[in-house]
Amino acid sequence: MGVDRIETKQTIATGAKPWVDQAEAPFIRISNLTKNFGDFIAVDNVSLDIYRQELFCLLGGSGCGKSTLLRMLAGFETPSSGRIEIDGQDMASIPAYERPTNMMFQSYALFPHMSVEKNVAYGLVRDGVAKAEIAERVAEMLTLVQLDGFAKRKPGQLSGGQRQRVALARSLIKRPKLLLLDEPLGALDKKLREETQFELVNIQESLGVTFIVVTHDQEEAMTLSSRIGVMDRGEIVQVGEPHAIYEYPQSRFVADFIGSVNIFEGRVTEDAENFVRLHSQEGGCDIHVAHGVSCTENQKMWLAVRPEKFSLSKEQPAGKYNFVTGTVDEIAYLGNLSVYRILLASGKNVRATRSNRDRHDAEAAPGWGDTVYLAWDDTAGVVLTQ
Amino acid sequence: MKKKPWFLSIAAVLGFTFLYAPIVSLIVFSFNESKLVTVWSGFSTKWYGKLLEDPQILGAAWISLKIAFVSASLALVFGTLAALVLTRFGRFFGKNLLGGMVTAPLVMPEVITGLSLLLLFVAMESAFGWPAGRGLLTIIIAHTTFCMAYVAIVVQSRLVDMDESLEEAALDLGAKPARVFFDVTLPVIAPALISGWLLSFTLSLDDLVIASFVSGPGASTLPMVIFSKVRLGVSPDINALATIIIVIVALGVAIASTQMKPARDS
Repeated sequence: MGVDRIETKQTIATGAKPWVDQAEAPFIRISNLTKNFGDFIAVDNVSLDIYRQELFCLLGGSGCGKSTLLRMLAGFETPSSGRIEIDGQDMASIPAYERPTNMMFQSYALFPHMSVEKNVAYGLVRDGVAKAEIAERVAEMLTLVQLDGFAKRKPGQLSGGQRQRVALARSLIKRPKLLLLDEPLGALDKKLREETQFELVNIQESLGVTFIVVTHDQEEAMTLSSRIGVMDRGEIVQVGEPHAIYEYPQSRFVADFIGSVNIFEGRVTEDAENFVRLHSQEGGCDIHVAHGVSCTENQKMWLAVRPEKFSLSKEQPAGKYNFVTGTVDEIAYLGNLSVYRILLASGKNVRATRSNRDRHDAEAAPGWGDTVYLAWDDTAGVVLTQ
Repeated sequence: MKKKPWFLSIAAVLGFTFLYAPIVSLIVFSFNESKLVTVWSGFSTKWYGKLLEDPQILGAAWISLKIAFVSASLALVFGTLAALVLTRFGRFFGKNLLGGMVTAPLVMPEVITGLSLLLLFVAMESAFGWPAGRGLLTIIIAHTTFCMAYVAIVVQSRLVDMDESLEEAALDLGAKPARVFFDVTLPVIAPALISGWLLSFTLSLDDLVIASFVSGPGASTLPMVIFSKVRLGVSPDINALATIIIVIVALGVAIASTQMKPARDS
């Protein structure tokens, strides 16, 4: 894929943000949606608005209910309660074969007895589209997914990446209002996955279709999406743009699930208008946070600090706040950066990264067993109350 | 090529001898000139000629083929429906019972199946006059009953292996459920349907015990005729008949295996 195409993604991703525009009506409106299988609650009272032309990722671990939510949108599962509206239309009484959605399955679900061409054409044949038009649209679609010349092959004669593109073509041929993708890149190897991510984004933008992608891979969610909804045990715990999810997680679960993070438990010692101070037993330190938090004295809170937010040194920093000290337990050299594991006096392990900016600083870099200080800015951590 | 261990070769030779020596001797003796089955006196095809003049054998063969064809086809339909119910309808009341009952004829001694069917047919006839008497129809019903179990097992295992998202994908692309079945489910399980039908056909053709119970005058199947003839002493024309059957079956198996190959590849 050319670099120019990747840049178009940037402009869209940073361009329109319908979810901050009050006047914009949501395209998909999910309200109080619940699904239980017997005693097990797969999806628990989920409400979510998704806007036209968004590429929305549902992110969560296995069994968090993200696939069930997707299958309810497609019409394969009936909600136990709640409502789904697509483009203003209630979906409750509409069966899967009449919904304005199409789905790309994790297993691709290509019909093994039909050629690539027949697979892609299937949706149009069922709709009774004229033969000449079908041929034209199938050819167009195969060009879009770069599979010209494969029309007569059977799915069994294709590679994993080609099958993935056939599945995508088949799900797009009916020009659905909403495309649902269940782990679309899950079955591909790492390199192919990275290439395909950008292809997927390009196709989404050139066609202007709204995408909802289910994934368990946080990196994939960050790369693809306009917004991410993080799911845990059937609930949506946070919705936001990728950088907001990463930098402003609202709970320990989100902070921990997206990327790597160090969480210090502490109690409030001073609660002022524009700052908070905590004492952390675990970190053996006092913490100063440079903004107000609604809390009470002695309340238990957590401070989440990403490994790259630390500055690592062998010298004790000035001041009384916002640093911990420990010994280097483990160093992983990754080339562009080194990951340190620091063992604190309390027994807690802390991860910190140090970028290898200087080729000749091997001397200055802390080594195994050294006593080091990890300091952070008073705005670098995120205060979490849950 | 790696050299094969000698004991494996010996085991293979012994195994094949054990399985095929009787069949080979049967074929050889079908060309025997002598009236005595076990004494070789010269090459001749006269028993084949005799066979073609025997209206009893030919009639029985024709009856057996008709029964096998009809009951295999009926068993295919009912067995497939049973397999679909057991794999595609989720949980429902009595599912385990149905599953057990569908497969019960597999393990039921044939004598008991035959006897119980006979009693049922007699009771039905006296209750509402159908089936009137016993013959072709009752044998077909009986064979359909136990062949259905085999079809259900074969088709069920194929349906379980089949990725259900294939059906969901067709539904998602706008096919109504009945359409999904004919466009996707049926082609995908076709190999199982073919083998289920062939299995039923063979089982029906082969059955002696159940047919003996539920048959009536004028509806003697080939196994019944052969068995009654052998009781009066083995005559060489039976060898000729057996040879013809073996050749037909071998051809059938060869054709089936070449036809099944492309289906399995996809």
